[in-house]
Amino acid sequence: MLALVLDDSRAMRMILGRIMREAGFDVVEAGDGKEGLERVQTGPVPDVALVDWNMPVMNGLEFVTAVRSQPELRRMTLMMVTTESEHSQIVRALAAGAHEYVIKPFTADAIVDKLSLLGLVA
Amino acid sequence: MTLATSDFDYIRHAVQRESAIVLEPGKEYLVESRLAPLARQIGAESISGLVGRLQRGEPRLLDKVVDAMTTNETSFFRDNYPFDMLRTKVLPELVAQSANRHIDVWCGASSSGQEPYTIAMVMQEVLPSSFTSSLLATDISEEMLFRTREGRYSQLEVNRGLPVTMLVKHFDKVGTDWQVKPALRSTVKTRAVNLSQPFPVLGAFDVVFLRNVLIYFNPPTKAAVLQRVRQVLRPGGYLFLGGAESTLTIDDAWERVVHDRATAYRPRG
Repeated sequence: MLALVLDDSRAMRMILGRIMREAGFDVVEAGDGKEGLERVQTGPVPDVALVDWNMPVMNGLEFVTAVRSQPELRRMTLMMVTTESEHSQIVRALAAGAHEYVIKPFTADAIVDKLSLLGLVA
Repeated sequence: MTLATSDFDYIRHAVQRESAIVLEPGKEYLVESRLAPLARQIGAESISGLVGRLQRGEPRLLDKVVDAMTTNETSFFRDNYPFDMLRTKVLPELVAQSANRHIDVWCGASSSGQEPYTIAMVMQEVLPSSFTSSLLATDISEEMLFRTREGRYSQLEVNRGLPVTMLVKHFDKVGTDWQVKPALRSTVKTRAVNLSQPFPVLGAFDVVFLRNVLIYFNPPTKAAVLQRVRQVLRPGGYLFLGGAESTLTIDDAWERVVHDRATAYRPRG
């Protein structure tokens, strides 16, 4: 299984990358939505993407919207991992096509629990 | 803080007497980690100081010690599979068999309320609108029951296991916390019950959740609790235990029902 970790913070990519590797995923990374989109369009389609909201060039919500508009990327599960914690923002992300949502700060267990809910880990 | 053997012995005997929870030698670390914050809170210089005040009979201190020692980790949809079984097998089956269109559920050892609210969310999703239901949450700790009634959880707590669709549907943001909406909160009633003692009159139930609490009891107490649960479970009802718990070798009046990756128990016909 392949995971894309999409976050403009290198430290956060490292933390999430480690959690995903420990959960059994291969991991690719990108630092903004545009780079992430290029990666999923040109390389293998990840099974899941962990998507930050606030990033330069293309933000996470725009990335989710772009992915959902492309049928060939439909099987990719999208999980927001972000500091955006308002009820209305979460509803916006779901409406755009995100499947799950984790609010920063988080624990590794929270990520694994959500992957389990999504049927991505046993 | 380092725990003296005599202090550990005093605590474990007191906790066993009050709650039937067994703290075997080797669990000193647990007593230290649970009671050090309480010692600081009451201004004791150490756990030994706390024990001294217990021995002098300080009012309500024993309740606080038992609370601290019996409060266990919980999360929304913990282990997930039992709630899948509740959603896809148990509730549909009970709905099909119910003569009075009513379902009663008891969640024992409900801690800070994540489990009863998980059950409440699943019931609301599955039960037809023509059905009524009751959901009783019980715990030995008054503090945990207060938290359950308040239904207020931190960001970290709602991150653990709660599907985001349930978060936006059933919770309001209150400051940096999330609170269960009044409509769902009103479906959960709370009551203090010490499982190790004969139950007060609780009524009869179609489903009982009693997860991750039997593991703390010695075998005779486990058997007594299971026997008492049988007396309040309606024929055809289901009991859910924790992943590391079973009725096997403790009370053979139960049959095991496996559904996908979940296990529940029913009294033998």
